[in-house]
Amino acid sequence: MERRSPAFTVFIYACALLLAAIILAPIAWLFIMSISPAADLAAKPLRWWPQAADFSRYRQLLSTAENSAGAAFTSSLRNSLEISGMATLAALALAIPAGWAVSRTPAIGWSLSMVIATYMLPPVALAVPLYMGLSHLGLLNNVFGLALVYLTILAPFTTWLMRSGFDSIPREIEAAAMIDGAGLFQTLRIITLPLAAPVMATSALFAVLLAWDEFFYALLFTSDQRAKTLTVAIADLAGGRVSDYGLIATAGVLAALPPVLIGLVMQRALISGLTSGGVKG
Amino acid sequence: MSSTWMTTRAWLLMLPLLVVMVAVIGWPLVDTVGLSFTDAKLVGTGGDFVGLDNYSNMLSSSNFSRTLVTTTLFAVISVAAEMVIGVLAALLLNQEFRGRAILRALMILPWALPTVVNATLWRLIYNPEYGALNAALTQLHLIDAYRSWLGEPGTALAALIVADCWKNFPLVALIALAALQAVPRDITAASLVDGAGPFNRFRFVILPYLAGPLMVALVLRTIEAFKVFDIIWVMTRGGPANTTRTLSILVYQEAFSFQRAGSGASLALIVTLLVTLLAVAYAALVRKTAGSAA
Repeated sequence: MERRSPAFTVFIYACALLLAAIILAPIAWLFIMSISPAADLAAKPLRWWPQAADFSRYRQLLSTAENSAGAAFTSSLRNSLEISGMATLAALALAIPAGWAVSRTPAIGWSLSMVIATYMLPPVALAVPLYMGLSHLGLLNNVFGLALVYLTILAPFTTWLMRSGFDSIPREIEAAAMIDGAGLFQTLRIITLPLAAPVMATSALFAVLLAWDEFFYALLFTSDQRAKTLTVAIADLAGGRVSDYGLIATAGVLAALPPVLIGLVMQRALISGLTSGGVKG
Repeated sequence: MSSTWMTTRAWLLMLPLLVVMVAVIGWPLVDTVGLSFTDAKLVGTGGDFVGLDNYSNMLSSSNFSRTLVTTTLFAVISVAAEMVIGVLAALLLNQEFRGRAILRALMILPWALPTVVNATLWRLIYNPEYGALNAALTQLHLIDAYRSWLGEPGTALAALIVADCWKNFPLVALIALAALQAVPRDITAASLVDGAGPFNRFRFVILPYLAGPLMVALVLRTIEAFKVFDIIWVMTRGGPANTTRTLSILVYQEAFSFQRAGSGASLALIVTLLVTLLAVAYAALVRKTAGSAA
């Protein structure tokens, strides 16, 4: 490392502080809004720091009392959990065999390329027929229907991640097990899948994050508490006549908590997933 | 083991994925193509064949051209800003300073924040009566009176772009940082000995390592920015006076608000075609960059 002049060191620290402020200020403000009394948020000049922390909105949103703001919020929380969980499991069930097949038999790789190319399709290009199809099957406003639709986003991405995961497991290990008399499925169960467990975990996390984040299809295909997801519930709050902005902020904090925790804890795995995508395309 | 059997087995393992993809992507896409030649409504049956009418009406409408300009502005400005700020942040994070690991960990936060939460957060910040931006600018005496950042045609698109950049530049920074860390130390050291200034060092020593990964980030971000829906829907719904209406918002309005499924389908396919052309052009560029970097 080159020696740095004191002026350059000061410059570096100033830039680092600026970057930290840019990243943190909006997030900190979201949290502060969620614990500020409504009067503080409406005060002019604005009170940046609450006189007393007020966590009552968290209790309000997480309560399940009927017809309350909490009932709408908790049901959307449950729907989001169910839908992301189901869609992720289904995506992995499709992605693991397909990813392995493409990794070991490059001759069929073009079929995966076609699946991945669907990333270019704007969801609006599929929305009308999906709407009519779900309506025909009675799956509009239904968690199963929405989970099925989410496969359009989750399955190509997880298959692509699984393929690169299997690519990094030498096929010689599989060949050695088979020479020792193991059948194909035994080899996969005992050798390959355990080795691929970290990639499966990363793929599952990405899939959960994608499903948790999805808004467009949820907006179109759900209409009430039976299937509305968190993203739709928050957009409803933000666009509705809620007069307490702190309540909207609280809903935002709660919805952001799971993906932010996943992001912080799994950061190494997520970044390597993102950057391997960046390098390999 | 024969290679035909290997291939057959691979297809069998691939089959479930392909069946589901045909059901949820292939068939709807074909159906959209069919719809785009009809005057079908969202509810009710059928619709009559109208040939290319939907396409010619759409392409000649002023709504379409205005929306195309708005979408292009949004995509070009926000992606360019994300690239520049992202690379600057990565160059900073590649320096040694105390707290670097923490700052790098913080970069994941905007990326992990759900898009709708990000949109809601910025909508609150821009709020015309109680928003933090108005409060901060007034208290710093930079503005005299509170403004409606998302309600005025002059500032709404810029306000959206800031919100989009804030969420997406950290991803570019993390990708660029990973590429920077692959630059061998002795090469930068050698360029120092040879007397290269900071700018030349960046241009000739570091940039070749960044070019490939950044091109891919550029492609993915541009495609996403071109398809943008969520952040705009939550923050402005395309308003005020349609100044932030992007192509995806226009398709939504056409197909779902006005229930003109046929006309909406034709517009959706025009958007798809534009995105595909963009991706093909970029792919050629990526290949060229990869070739010259190698």
